[in-house]
Amino acid sequence: MINKEMGATVSGPPLLSISQLIKDFGETRVLRGIDLEVARGEVVTVIGPSGSGKTTLLRCVNFLESYEGGSIQIDGREVGFLDLATRKRRGERDLAAMRAETGMVFQSFNLFPHLSAGKNVMLGLRKVRGKSTEEARRIAAHWLDRVGLGHKFDSLPSELSGGQQQRVGIARAVAMEPKILLLDEITSSLDPELVGEVLAVVTSLAEEGMTMLMVTHEIAFARDASQRIVFMDEGVIAASGPPRELLAQSAENPRLDSFLSRFRASHF
Amino acid sequence: MIEQIVYALPFLLGGFQTTLIVSVLVVVISLVGGVLLGVALIYGPLAVRLLIRVFSDTIRGIPILVLLFFVYYGLPAAGMPLDAFTSAVVALTLFKIAQVIEYVRGAVQSVPKGQDEAAKAIGLTFTGRLREVIFPQAFRRFLPPWINGVADAVKGSALVSLLGVIDLMYAINQVIGRTYDAMPLYVLGAFIYISINYALSATSRHVERRFSYIRE
Amino acid sequence: MGYDLNFTLIWRNFDRLWGGLLLSLELAALSLVIGILIGLVLAVWYVSAGRFVRFLIGAYVEFFRNVPLILLVYLVFYGLPQVINIAYDATTSFVVTLSIYSGAYLVEVFRSGLEAIPRGLVDAGRAVGLTPYQRLVHVRIPTMVRIILPALSNTFISLFKDTSIASVIAVPELTYGAQWINFNTFRIVEVYLIVTAMYLATGYSLLFLLRQIERRFRVTRQ
Repeated sequence: MINKEMGATVSGPPLLSISQLIKDFGETRVLRGIDLEVARGEVVTVIGPSGSGKTTLLRCVNFLESYEGGSIQIDGREVGFLDLATRKRRGERDLAAMRAETGMVFQSFNLFPHLSAGKNVMLGLRKVRGKSTEEARRIAAHWLDRVGLGHKFDSLPSELSGGQQQRVGIARAVAMEPKILLLDEITSSLDPELVGEVLAVVTSLAEEGMTMLMVTHEIAFARDASQRIVFMDEGVIAASGPPRELLAQSAENPRLDSFLSRFRASHF
Repeated sequence: MIEQIVYALPFLLGGFQTTLIVSVLVVVISLVGGVLLGVALIYGPLAVRLLIRVFSDTIRGIPILVLLFFVYYGLPAAGMPLDAFTSAVVALTLFKIAQVIEYVRGAVQSVPKGQDEAAKAIGLTFTGRLREVIFPQAFRRFLPPWINGVADAVKGSALVSLLGVIDLMYAINQVIGRTYDAMPLYVLGAFIYISINYALSATSRHVERRFSYIRE
Repeated sequence: MGYDLNFTLIWRNFDRLWGGLLLSLELAALSLVIGILIGLVLAVWYVSAGRFVRFLIGAYVEFFRNVPLILLVYLVFYGLPQVINIAYDATTSFVVTLSIYSGAYLVEVFRSGLEAIPRGLVDAGRAVGLTPYQRLVHVRIPTMVRIILPALSNTFISLFKDTSIASVIAVPELTYGAQWINFNTFRIVEVYLIVTAMYLATGYSLLFLLRQIERRFRVTRQ
């Protein structure tokens, strides 16, 4: 159990502020007015059944998906649009700069197959942060070490196991020193025995004060690692609160209850 | 039989040289043109994309021979007289350009969408993503079918003989015209073409294996 | 220098083009059928044979895939009658050539189709008690057919375009008709515009028709 009360501070104005977020896919309204805040240093996990919109929510935060209504602000700056009233989109360079402030780790890893693990991590450092090759190499080596893969610096993704690839993915995202880390079901594609090594890395990052917004099916991990769990269902937030409180809420909340009942037998 | 082959060889060599020149010209020009048009097809404005699509589909929808004759007989009528060699190279190059456009399109579109997303996620701009992530992977996927396609260019070059260009095929027929002994010459010619093309397709398979780590 | 388009001479001789188109389709269809027979038999033999047979079949495939079709056409029409006591007309010789040529490509198509059959289906056949021959006929071949249908359609359309090579040995198909009109009326641009349109229209119609047939037989991928 992460003891955040004694660790990094969870305070100050919200780093991420999502307000009345609306997202449509064609005719279907996938996000129906989401309000969510994540404070600096906080770890928030989003859980819910498939189709609830949790992954879409995450992908809106770094504007991989556009949104039709509402606002997403990071440190006070609107993510996708220059002007909310006219909904004029940010230009290419602007958007790229905003995305450099968020880090994302993907369910299917999405490592660049033509680059070694080290070069995967170095790419953003060199091309986006403008670091020199030696500087980038140093930083990349440090982060790969941090996730336990320092010895695999020159290995290609095809030579790594799923768990190793995902840890490289985490290093790649974190090396950019993002304000917030977005984790999209990062263990869902992994064989069970490889899940632990990845969750261990995430846990240690959280202990050091990394702000995270995480979508996951690993309910036990969510309970142990987050300050707050948010339960989404059919495009809205149906329940939210610190882990213990959320479990208590399931008594009054039938949707939450039926969702959690699947995990109760094995996890709780 | 050996004497016939020995007699024929000098003539065949001259024709072989022309075949190589034609093939190299066609392959090189079509590579440049095809890649440019292929990239325009994927990233260009709608009008350009439509135009290239129509061009590519039309050329690939007709036999090479028809294109060859159209260019050779048609251009002079339209006021642009070209000699046989140039007409032949123009026609074959147009045909190959359409093929290269398809290779480029296939290669770029086969790069998984997640790659572009991961590149976006670390903050790369559009040009940065193309340069660092998309094109390096597209290139490795482009190479094997393209190398294979070079063999097609060599096979297609044999048609220039119909326009009177003295390539390997023409030379073979020329020698047969004098010796009346067709079979050994055709078989010899076949083996010359096979040597070139088999080497090319073997290279293509080798390259595909070397780059197999690109495909999940 | 101006060029006035005048299509009347083309329409007057249109029967050459139309007849040529029909002949092209017939040549392609005939060659496809024979090619399928060759390809299927060799593919089935290949997957169950030893190294020597596989080498022979491989050599056959490589030979016909790396030699220009026009050379093969000449070889069969002019060369073969010199060595074997055979006499045939241009059309027959072309069908022979194109059939064996398509057979080489189809061996590959059928072979990869056979190897793409999910193992589970064959095992199910075994479990039910079918003999190897019954498994071949009732399980493997039907499944393979559905898998390779797209490749088969593309081959047919390719063959249709390849029939234009027959014009070099004076087979009266579509391209030969175009050349005849070209040389006899000098209406070069018109005839080739028409013929281009005919090849394109036929090609797209075939594509559409064959996609419809494929849809009926689609293999659902699990």
